[in-house]
Amino acid sequence: MTLLDFLQLDLPAGLTAVLASSLCAMLGNFLVLRRQALVGDAISHAVLPGIVVGFVLAGSRDTVTVMLGATAAAALAAVLIEAVRRLGRVEAAASMGVVFTVMFAGGVVLIEQAAAHAVDLDADCVLYGQLEDVLWLAPTGLASLLDPAALAELPRELVTLAAMNLAVGLLIALFWKELRITSFDPALASAIGIPAGLFHYGLVLLLALAAVASFEAVGSILVVAMLACPAAAARMLTDRYGRQFALSLAIGTGSGLLGYTLAGPLLLLLGMDWSLNAAGMIAVVAGAVLVLAVLFGPHHGVLAKRRARRMAGAV
Amino acid sequence: MSFLQSLTRFRTEPAGTSATGAATAIDADAASPLSVRGLSVAYHHKPVLWSIDYTAPPRGLVAVIGPNGAGKSTFIKACLGLVPALSGEVRVFGRPVAAMRGEIGYMPQRGSVDWDFPVSALDVVAMGRYGRIGMLRPVRRADRERALACLEMVGLADFAGRQIGQLSGGQQQRVFLARALAQEARLYFMDEPFAGVDAATERAILDVLHTLDRQGRTVICVHHDLQTVTDRFHHALVLNVEKIADGPVARTVTEETLARAYATARQDGDPRLLSFPARRAGAAE
Repeated sequence: MTLLDFLQLDLPAGLTAVLASSLCAMLGNFLVLRRQALVGDAISHAVLPGIVVGFVLAGSRDTVTVMLGATAAAALAAVLIEAVRRLGRVEAAASMGVVFTVMFAGGVVLIEQAAAHAVDLDADCVLYGQLEDVLWLAPTGLASLLDPAALAELPRELVTLAAMNLAVGLLIALFWKELRITSFDPALASAIGIPAGLFHYGLVLLLALAAVASFEAVGSILVVAMLACPAAAARMLTDRYGRQFALSLAIGTGSGLLGYTLAGPLLLLLGMDWSLNAAGMIAVVAGAVLVLAVLFGPHHGVLAKRRARRMAGAV
Repeated sequence: MSFLQSLTRFRTEPAGTSATGAATAIDADAASPLSVRGLSVAYHHKPVLWSIDYTAPPRGLVAVIGPNGAGKSTFIKACLGLVPALSGEVRVFGRPVAAMRGEIGYMPQRGSVDWDFPVSALDVVAMGRYGRIGMLRPVRRADRERALACLEMVGLADFAGRQIGQLSGGQQQRVFLARALAQEARLYFMDEPFAGVDAATERAILDVLHTLDRQGRTVICVHHDLQTVTDRFHHALVLNVEKIADGPVARTVTEETLARAYATARQDGDPRLLSFPARRAGAAE
């Protein structure tokens, strides 16, 4: 593997995978803390028909149109979930399960239709992403990292994800205490004039945008895994709110790096001539981290609890 | 008037008449900490509260009592604007609730939140300050000190750094109480503060309630235990979907009003009746 290979292939693809992971790991905290991890599943799947429609309307992967389509689909999903819950008088989770699978299936049918009209989109890409398509052909050497002309050619997926990371990070920092109170006690938040409902829908909107920004490169499987695993693992490791976010971000980013390396570059270095799907590998790494955290977490881990019970029994 | 009658009357009444009546009544109650006119709430088309008129006393401890499902918690939540009302108007010190949020303290039921949430007791009490701090501003040291002082008032200063899930039920209830104190409000709503607490917590809550009363605040508590209403509260509001009675406890919490409040539940053959103490149920036969 040469330096040029790294700059043109692994750097953009690896960085995209890491940025998608960190973005979802940040947002996933709120889902896990609000005990609404299923909302992440629902939104990341329900946006599919919106993505396809935006895609067909724009005739290309124009980010803004696709994001608008996805946002509209997320809004439709939110309305439908509420409608099914009320009219069917079923639990919110059941309603979500019905709505997001139907919308995802609708999206797949739309893709098949669109594919017949030579639109470059397929179901595989939706599930696993097309990380190998994230290329940066401009660089000629290390100097290109500082060359504005070369940087302007950075892949669109990478730039979108970097911007989303920055925006979400800023929003979380800005609304730090409002997000905390609306997650913990939405009734008190509303009683003192902090609009808990608005924060909920803002979160859903950010989830929809994150799903779109990530899906094209890494696919929806990674989005779903990264919304849940890092935050859930962090939850096993700490009882402090700030540390929860830091750990989740670190686990998400670390899984992205490790998973990407394990899937491709490492196999290459070992002299193999095949590679694995990077998005799948990252999701597996994140899942493994969660298993380790569940087993070995200092207070909430299975072993720690067993030890505590034994000690209590001894006294 | 039967419930069904009031229901149909409400639907057929011209819109203008009740509104003018309510406006004059509210002018007269401008000084009251809480004045409610014609408040109705329904869930899934089933009425939970019907046409409640209520004016809170200028100060003191008020118990909201009634059988299970009488709409006691809903009354508090509707006053706070947490559940949508079908109709009616709520005024706090003569002004709409939305304009008075800084003057209103709220202590929800303990079961309404997830106690595994990764925050410390002090973090939770500091949430009581968020309304005063304002949006987009960080919690400052002065707010944390105020929160710590409130924890001290309920005897939990030593537990400030403890994750809330590691506290006992009574201690969690006191954390909620401290958070309400940190709000420094003039009017308090508390949802079952005495539910399932130990003796130490009960004393702490009574202390705090008396302190608030001495400071001239009004505290409106949903209360379940009819045996202790007269000892602990000055006023009572007896509800069972409709208002049954309100006023000083001695005149309000009588066999007669209680029988009326709990009789509806009995007619429905409804499990609400189970919360009615046997002694009173016997008296109501």
